[in-house]
Amino acid sequence: MPPADALFLGIPPGLWQALGLTFELAAVTTLVLFVLGLPLAYWLNRSRSRWIPIIEALVTLPIVLPPTVIGFYLLVAFSPQHAPGSWWVALTGGTLSFTFTGLVIGSVFYSLPFAVQPFQAALKGVSPDLLQAGQTLGASALSVFFRVHLPLAQRGVAVGLTLAFAHTLGEFGVVLMIGGALPGRTKVASIALYDEVQKMNDNVAHAYAAVLLLTSFALLLAMAVLQRVKAPNHHP
Amino acid sequence: MGMLKLSGGVLTSLAFLGGLAGMPAARAAETVQIAAAADLVYCLDALNTGFLKSEPAVELKVSTGSSGNFFAQIQHGAPYDIFLSADLLYPRELIAAGLADPGSLSSYAIGRIVVWSARADLDLSAGLALMATGAVKRFAIANPDHAPYGRAAKQALEHAGLWEAVAPKLVLGENIVQTAQFVETGNADAGVVALSLVLSPRLAGVGRYVEISAEAHQPLEQGAVLTNRGARNDAARRYLAFLKSKEARAIFDRFGFRLPD
Repeated sequence: MPPADALFLGIPPGLWQALGLTFELAAVTTLVLFVLGLPLAYWLNRSRSRWIPIIEALVTLPIVLPPTVIGFYLLVAFSPQHAPGSWWVALTGGTLSFTFTGLVIGSVFYSLPFAVQPFQAALKGVSPDLLQAGQTLGASALSVFFRVHLPLAQRGVAVGLTLAFAHTLGEFGVVLMIGGALPGRTKVASIALYDEVQKMNDNVAHAYAAVLLLTSFALLLAMAVLQRVKAPNHHP
Repeated sequence: MGMLKLSGGVLTSLAFLGGLAGMPAARAAETVQIAAAADLVYCLDALNTGFLKSEPAVELKVSTGSSGNFFAQIQHGAPYDIFLSADLLYPRELIAAGLADPGSLSSYAIGRIVVWSARADLDLSAGLALMATGAVKRFAIANPDHAPYGRAAKQALEHAGLWEAVAPKLVLGENIVQTAQFVETGNADAGVVALSLVLSPRLAGVGRYVEISAEAHQPLEQGAVLTNRGARNDAARRYLAFLKSKEARAIFDRFGFRLPD
C-alpha cells in the first residue's frame, strides 16, 4: 500500500489506497489467470472432446454477460445459508462476500476470456513441426511445452495477460454487487470514483477517472506496440 | 465549481433538444419520469396503482436507486420529472443549483430504520448492542457518504456509542435495497434497513427486525421536488399532489413511514 497520510501529487490518500487495491486485484487476478488459463487454453486447443464447443462458449460468456449477472450469482453462491457458501464458512469461518479473495474469484470469471482466447491463439500459432521436432528428439510433453511451445507463444501470452490485467482494472459491476465498498479491502478505484461523483467531489472523481484512463490507455498502447514489433524468434 | 456551470450548460442544451424532440410528436399519452429513493421500491407499486386508477392515461416510468446517485444524474441532465429523495438535502441542493422548482418542494414521508437479520439464531431484543458482540461478523448499512439511510444508521450507531466497535464489521450497500439484499442472502449477519422494505410484500416474514428509536438519528424526512423539466409537465404536478392525498398517506403509513403534518 502507498503511504496513506498526506496529499501526494494533489491526490488524497483514499485515492491512492483505492488505486493500490485496484492494481493489487488486477495483478493477483492476472497471476491466477496465467496459472489456470494457460493449461485451459492448451487443453481446449488439443482436446477432441465433443464438449469443447460448450466449454469454449462458457469461457467466452463473460465478454457478453452483464457483470451484474456474474455479481448476482456470486452473491448467491457466497451466501452462508446454503452450499457452496456454507462449505466455505465451515472451512474458513468467514464468507467470501466483501473480501479481497471474493473479488479475486469474481475477477477471474470476469476476465477469463480476455486471457484464455489470446492464450489459445498464441499456442495455436506455433508451428506443429517445431513441437514435433522437440518430441522426436525425445523431450517429454511437459518439457516441450515449457521449452519450445511457451517461449514461441510468449508474445500472445503477454497480450492475454495484459488484456486480463487491463480488463480487471475496468471492473465495476461485479465489485459493486459483492464488494461492500470497504476501504482498503474491496473499494477499488471504479467504485471509489462512483462514490465521489455521488458525494459531489468532482475534483477527486476527475483524478480517479484520469488515472484509470491513462493507465488503461498505456496498457493497450503497450500491447499494440508489442503486437507490431517483429518477433525475432517466431518465424526462423 | 466550474463543473456546475458546465453541467448547467449541458442541461440547457439537453432540455432544448428534448423540447424539440417532443414538439412534433402527436401528444399520445402524458409521461412522468420518476427517480425514487430505493426505500420506495415496493411502496411505489402501491402508490402508482392508486394514481393510475384515477389517471389511466398517464404513463409512469420509475427508476429507483440511491438518492445521491439520482442527485448527480439530475445535475448532469438526466430526464426525470420528479425526484423522490430519501432526504431533504438533495432536493434542496437541486433547487439551490437552479435545477428544480422551489415551490414544488415538499416532505411526503418520514422514514424509519430497523435492525434486521435473516439469521434465526440471533436474538435481536438487545438491538444494536448485539452488533458489537462476536455473534455478528458482518453488519450491513447503506453507504453513509451518499445514502440518507446510511447516514441515519451511522448516527444511530454513534448515538449508541457503538460506531467504533461496529465499524470493522461494516459492509456498505450502494443503496438501502442492496443493503437489505446483503442481509436477506445472509452475506451479512444483520443490517440497518428501512422499515418500508421489511414490511413490503416482498420481504414481509423474512427474518426478524427491531425498530431503532427515532431519537437515535436525524429524522429521515423525505423530500419530493419537480425538476425544471417536471415543472413544465402537468401530469408530474398532479402526481406530486397525489402523494399528499389521503389515499397516498394511507399507503405510506402501511409501509411503515411516519407522515409529515
